[in-house]
Amino acid sequence: MDQPEEHVVKTELPKPAALDSRREEYVSDYTSAPVFNAKSVSIYYGTFRAVTDVSLDIHENEITAFIGPSGCGKTTVLRTLNRMNDLIPGARVDGDVHYRGASLYASGVSPTAVRRRIGMVFQKPNPFPKSIYDNVAYGPKINGTRNKAALDEIVERSLRQAALWDEVKNRLNKSGLGLSGGQAQRLCIARTLAVEPDVVLMDEPCSALDPIATGRIEDLMQEIKSRYTIVIVTHNMQQATRVSDRTAFYSVLRDEKSDVRTGVLVEYGSTRQIFEDPQDSRTQAYVTGRMG
Amino acid sequence: MAVAAEQPPVDLREPAGWRRTKNNVATVLMWVAFVAVLVPLGFVLYTVISKGAPSISGQFLTSSIPPNIMPANFGGMGPAIVGTLEITALSAVMAIPIGVLGAIYINEYGGNRVLARIIGFMADVMTGVPSIVMGLFVFTIWVLHFGYSGLAGAFALACLMLPLVIRSSYEMLRLVPDSLREASYALGATKARVTLTVVLPAAIGGIVSGSLLAVARATGETAPLLFTIFTVEATNTNVFSGPDTALPNQIFANATQPYVGAQARGWGAALTLIAIAFIFMIAARISTARFARYSR
Repeated sequence: MDQPEEHVVKTELPKPAALDSRREEYVSDYTSAPVFNAKSVSIYYGTFRAVTDVSLDIHENEITAFIGPSGCGKTTVLRTLNRMNDLIPGARVDGDVHYRGASLYASGVSPTAVRRRIGMVFQKPNPFPKSIYDNVAYGPKINGTRNKAALDEIVERSLRQAALWDEVKNRLNKSGLGLSGGQAQRLCIARTLAVEPDVVLMDEPCSALDPIATGRIEDLMQEIKSRYTIVIVTHNMQQATRVSDRTAFYSVLRDEKSDVRTGVLVEYGSTRQIFEDPQDSRTQAYVTGRMG
Repeated sequence: MAVAAEQPPVDLREPAGWRRTKNNVATVLMWVAFVAVLVPLGFVLYTVISKGAPSISGQFLTSSIPPNIMPANFGGMGPAIVGTLEITALSAVMAIPIGVLGAIYINEYGGNRVLARIIGFMADVMTGVPSIVMGLFVFTIWVLHFGYSGLAGAFALACLMLPLVIRSSYEMLRLVPDSLREASYALGATKARVTLTVVLPAAIGGIVSGSLLAVARATGETAPLLFTIFTVEATNTNVFSGPDTALPNQIFANATQPYVGAQARGWGAALTLIAIAFIFMIAARISTARFARYSR
């Protein structure tokens, strides 16, 4: 694949595109503090720098989409937001990620406490080999809810929120692995919502699903948006335009001499601005389908 | 419009030649291998059943062991059956928890740590230690100080079972996909929770069946018991002290006797032992199927 000229850097990696004044035209005003505030975040796997110098704010009750070509670090940044990268040996985060005023990577921060507030839905549906009921009740149970009536109520509410209740209400004690791909992914969403998180991170949640199941999950995201803040990684640009309020475009920088690659945040703005009036030529090339 | 000419159907069979020859040769070889495995198994089962079945009766399973000179259909193998069940159960109680915990440590907690690699390596080495050496080991460090007992035999059998339990449990834990662990972590679970509520339940069927197979194997071990429990004729209900007996020991003892009656009782003991091991195998199968209830 031809690398556009902009992708090649000679020595020093440039800063991401500055937030210029035109961007403000597209973004609603915010008085409250952002949910996430990332400043100069670089993420390493061992000595490999997967993502370089990412700074962005993620706002409450919005859907923020991360788009970009493969290997640009979208998922890596997403997993930094709830410390899932801790599980990968050798992963390290430089810079500062603030979540509602607290630094996520300060010493003494418990990843468990972080993940209770910031849930995650994965690319491949991964229900537990347990009954549908136990899949949803799992999170509340490990977080201390023992009361059967309370659990019943949480399970029903979560499955209703995930638009799955009517399809499974008569087989709650059947295995979660017996569901179709789209149902299994909605079960995973219900499982995430059952712990009443503040933020839901979604890592390409529809990439394994057909268009109908994808549509249902997109509708579901719109419905739950008023209660949750959602960040979604997607390879599907139509999906980003359909569901998201803001879009962050990531790309790969390649050093010509050493052939070292790293992911950078190229442009971040309202979804309308990114797709209709991209400020960076790389963004323009990507959203118009000429690259990536 | 032209009428389509009648055409012969396409020949979709494998064309004759080197490929078909290879296929036929391989098929024949596989059948030969299958029969080669089946024949000895069939002969063993036939011999043991035909020679052992006449001895089997309610009285045989419960009565005490008579002097070797007594004729067939006199007395039984009660003390040996009791001893085998007691000693095997005791060794399972010792080896299975330690083995499963060891496997959990290696797979879930050890990572690349030196201790985890040492445990894994030692388990592999232990698998290769001849069972008679295990018997000698327990003889030296236990029997010489505290005397023969069922407990000493259980120690020896546990040493044999431990590496098998560690290996089979480890393989089962390794098969649990990381995506399940991640799903649990993403809900705010601690590592202990992830292990106890997701990883272990997902692997439990395989762990139970692997452990039962290890028990079945230990049930039939003779050499480690010869040095550790001695071989006596009377029932010893106290597994913790005093010389004991077990089916493999009695088979060995009776087989070396010139008396027809003793030999017949030996065959009966052999059939009983095979039956006990067989029951463990069946239980392993059932447990695998039972625990797999939610896995499809």
